[in-house]
Amino acid sequence: MSRLEVVKTGKLWIGGSWPRSESGRTFTVEAPDGSVHSRCALASRKDARDAVEAARAGWSSWSGATALLRAQILYRAAEMMESRADEFVSALTLEPSLKPASARKEVGASVDRLVTFAGWCDKYQQVLGCQNPVTGPYHNFTIPQSVGIVAVLAPPTPSLLGLVTMVATAAVPGNAVVAVAPRQAALVAVLLGEVLAVSDIPDGAINLLTGDVRELLEPLASHREVQVVLGAGLSKGQRTSLREVAAQGVRRVHALPWKQDDWLEDHLVAAPWQLERVLDFKTLWHPCAV
Amino acid sequence: MTDQDTAVADVNGLDWDYSPAPERTRPEIASTYGLFIDGVFQPAQDERTFVTTNPATGARLARVAQAGAADVDLAMQAAKNAARPWARLSGRQRGKYLFRLARRIQECARELAVLETMDGGKPIKESRDVDLPLVAAHFFYHAGWADKLEWAFQGRPVKPHGVCGQIIPWNFPLLMAAWKLAPALACGNTVVLKPAETTPLTALHLAQLLQEIDLPPGVVNIVTGDGETGAAVAAHPALSKLAFTGSTEVGKALMRQTASRDIPLTLELGGKSPHIIFADAAMEQAIEGVVNGIWFNQGHVCCAGSRLLVEESILEPFVAALRDRMAQLRVGDPLDKNTDIGAINSREQLERIRTLVRLGQEEGAILHDVQTGPLPGKGWWFPPCFFTGVQPSHVVAREEIFGPVLSVMSFRTPEEAIRRANSTPYGLAAGIWTDKGSKIFDMAQRLEAGVVWCNTYNQFDPASPFGGVKESGFGREGGLHGLRAYVRGVDR
Amino acid sequence: MHHPVDAVMLSQRAASFTRRSLKADAKRTALRLAVSMVDLTTLEGADSPECARALCRRAIHPCPEPVTPAVPPVAAVCVYPRLVPVVREGLLGSAVKVASVSTAFPSGQSPLELRVQETAAAVAAGADEIDMVISRGAFLAGRLDDIRTEVMEVQDACQGAHLKIILETGELGTPDNIRRCADLVIDAATERGELRDGSVFVKTSTGKVSPAATMPSVLLLLESVRAHFRSTGLRLGVKPAGGIRKSKAALHLLVMVRETVGPDWLQPSLFRIGASSLLDDLVRQILWTSRGQYAAMHDVGVT
Repeated sequence: MSRLEVVKTGKLWIGGSWPRSESGRTFTVEAPDGSVHSRCALASRKDARDAVEAARAGWSSWSGATALLRAQILYRAAEMMESRADEFVSALTLEPSLKPASARKEVGASVDRLVTFAGWCDKYQQVLGCQNPVTGPYHNFTIPQSVGIVAVLAPPTPSLLGLVTMVATAAVPGNAVVAVAPRQAALVAVLLGEVLAVSDIPDGAINLLTGDVRELLEPLASHREVQVVLGAGLSKGQRTSLREVAAQGVRRVHALPWKQDDWLEDHLVAAPWQLERVLDFKTLWHPCAV
Repeated sequence: MTDQDTAVADVNGLDWDYSPAPERTRPEIASTYGLFIDGVFQPAQDERTFVTTNPATGARLARVAQAGAADVDLAMQAAKNAARPWARLSGRQRGKYLFRLARRIQECARELAVLETMDGGKPIKESRDVDLPLVAAHFFYHAGWADKLEWAFQGRPVKPHGVCGQIIPWNFPLLMAAWKLAPALACGNTVVLKPAETTPLTALHLAQLLQEIDLPPGVVNIVTGDGETGAAVAAHPALSKLAFTGSTEVGKALMRQTASRDIPLTLELGGKSPHIIFADAAMEQAIEGVVNGIWFNQGHVCCAGSRLLVEESILEPFVAALRDRMAQLRVGDPLDKNTDIGAINSREQLERIRTLVRLGQEEGAILHDVQTGPLPGKGWWFPPCFFTGVQPSHVVAREEIFGPVLSVMSFRTPEEAIRRANSTPYGLAAGIWTDKGSKIFDMAQRLEAGVVWCNTYNQFDPASPFGGVKESGFGREGGLHGLRAYVRGVDR
Repeated sequence: MHHPVDAVMLSQRAASFTRRSLKADAKRTALRLAVSMVDLTTLEGADSPECARALCRRAIHPCPEPVTPAVPPVAAVCVYPRLVPVVREGLLGSAVKVASVSTAFPSGQSPLELRVQETAAAVAAGADEIDMVISRGAFLAGRLDDIRTEVMEVQDACQGAHLKIILETGELGTPDNIRRCADLVIDAATERGELRDGSVFVKTSTGKVSPAATMPSVLLLLESVRAHFRSTGLRLGVKPAGGIRKSKAALHLLVMVRETVGPDWLQPSLFRIGASSLLDDLVRQILWTSRGQYAAMHDVGVT
């Protein structure tokens, strides 16, 4: 008699812990043959709220970390991901249309993406900030700063690369992240959480929810602690309602327009100005005279 | 009694006061103004008009066309038609138009300053010494960017958006027009500009200058009117970028209105900016900073330092000194060169200020005002004042008053100062006064604001990015960062 | 208590007073007020008794022709101790005060006892007011007690004559130092109490060092005096001196006084302007406002 396999339940990653959805709901992830592969937690509005609370605490430690430390932690995540590459490939290939070679390419690109963004942590400030030549005896400079909490609505596809890119984008400047992975990306999101959880990221700095964007969009975009919503793969209707909700608190909404292949383009996706979506520019004036 | 004794008796410094010093320049004001569309002035299609008045006298200055949806449509079409040739013009050519404009503005700076003061109520001292020099400087600064955009956005090919809708407020009418127009034009966009209803005149005189410098028709179109006109601009299908400066309430409405479209927005909205004074600050200058922070332009300033946070150990002497200093402010005829505080921009704004001040008193805050002598009998006036005994929950500590009204509170530790400062939905500007450099950097980093003035306040420069966080809006105006709002990456 | 100064805002505030526009009556009054505050000064090696006598006549009758309203006499004539007896005589019967520089003016580089003796001699010769210099070197070297001592000993030697303490702001290096030094000498001069308003002045400069009475440096002295008034109720005087040659500059000073310490200070007992050629320009301006023609330099009495 063959050994009975232990099936993992996919859970949410909030504040460094692994709760089920407070609603108790789950959804099924199917294997290519249509059988049940596993079940994942279906995040609710309250889970979104809890994740934002956790992110609030995570933000102070993550944004307070030195840029070099954030870089090392993201690089550590890349190392951990590389070591579990096979698992990511198997998770990706549950989607029948994704060939193993493409899946492997996506995993490799995701690891490399983390490496690229790790390097940005202590460099974007120099590329995006500047000193301003004002007329008068003042030292005047503009520096990029984290905005606080960024909600990420990851695309269904490319499930891993999309999620990794968006989470890393938001995390580089020191923001805390609450990311929603749609059902198609649920398994890789759980794996990504497990990778990040052993990479020394402070609790709450990154939080991963699995579920339906449709359901979580409103509670996240309307939450007063969320400063920016970064979404991809959104329908026109979703973009509209996202902006309508965000208007209540004058929150910034960025709907990334990228198509499947765009996500592989480092020159586009990992360019420093993508970080501008998730940071604020602060301008300081100080008199200059004895 | 000898002549000498008489002379001694006659010279009495106690009674010495400044005589009226009226600005004599008078700009030519037409009786009616049309909309500026496709390079020509034209009446509204339904021939509707509204009256713009001098808030210091209540006198009517001119009739101005009220643009309806049909007029906005014409303006948008003109801007759309002009967009391609304007964008294809070499950067240097575009820049030269802006340089020309900067020069023309300098040449008629005094007339424009007087007009600004007459239409808006701000003291001539400010329109002459602050607004107009900054207006010219804005065009001058951005003119030089027009042929350098490929170096402004290194590694990223960019293009203009096309037609920009720009809606501006009444507190710095011409300066806000400059903030909006200069970067948009330098980056190769065309514009439909909607000035505020109470202050349309300087923008229309600017349009005359645009004709004089031979700016191609349709590159800038100016549609005057009320909120309806602004809404028509925001709703127009030809719009590819919207920039707004004004109240948070209207900013939110514009976000909702454009929610279904992928149009980039720049919003520069309200504020309730904290101004923090530490006990180790340069006190005499900090007082000046506070004065400049709240009583500049009658407090009609989105980034006004309207919440004063003073370290408790110096609260009493600071408040006493502030009171003395407030008594020096001269309220009255905005055209008098010695006036520090002019007229409130409109009756509506005056009512709002009065209501909020009354609420402040009802909630138990203590109002400090000074005898500034009799205010002019006509027009809209509100003398400078401040509240002490303000609780953070009081209306005067939370809501933007947009008038010469300061709320004074205290704190004991830097942590408490930060907590109180950030405890607001707004995040436009902040001020810090301390003689200790390390404290400045720590505070500046933690203050939630787009602009932090350290040992100064209310400084502006075309090279310095300005804009807010949280409900004070997003996007920057001025400097390299301000350019980004007016281009799009061709790589998506 | 240390009062730090921000140099940029200080300059901006000082410049703001120069933007006030004085017209009509305000200007007419201010020009006369300025005349009444002038310490008419001559501190040249070549000064002769005859020069001093001429100066006294000008001090009492600054305007060469009658104008309405009349022009008041200046506040004081300020000379080296040697000429004090001549000036005493020349001003006899007028309200104009005799002022003498003292304490090894302008450098102050001699032993304290000599400086004290010189002061006592000037007072004995009839000086109503003593303009002393401080040891800037001692201040800059941090020997603040030396400054306290010299101020107090010279003050003792004044025997009731009013004391003007010259900081020589142009040598102090920073606004912070000017303010600290003003606070220090005020503290020293008022330590024993029993002072009347205007019996002690702080003065910017000797006139022998540039920069002298700049608007920011005068503002610093006014602010120091104001702080003392706020805490004690005593009004000390302020005297800018050096480089003030044009009426416009004097009017800017009056505006600054009015808006900083208030109109109470707009009298010769609390505000003086140390100058030599300024009076000529003030009188020219007065003649212009009264007869509508610009006066030539030779129209206004040359001394």
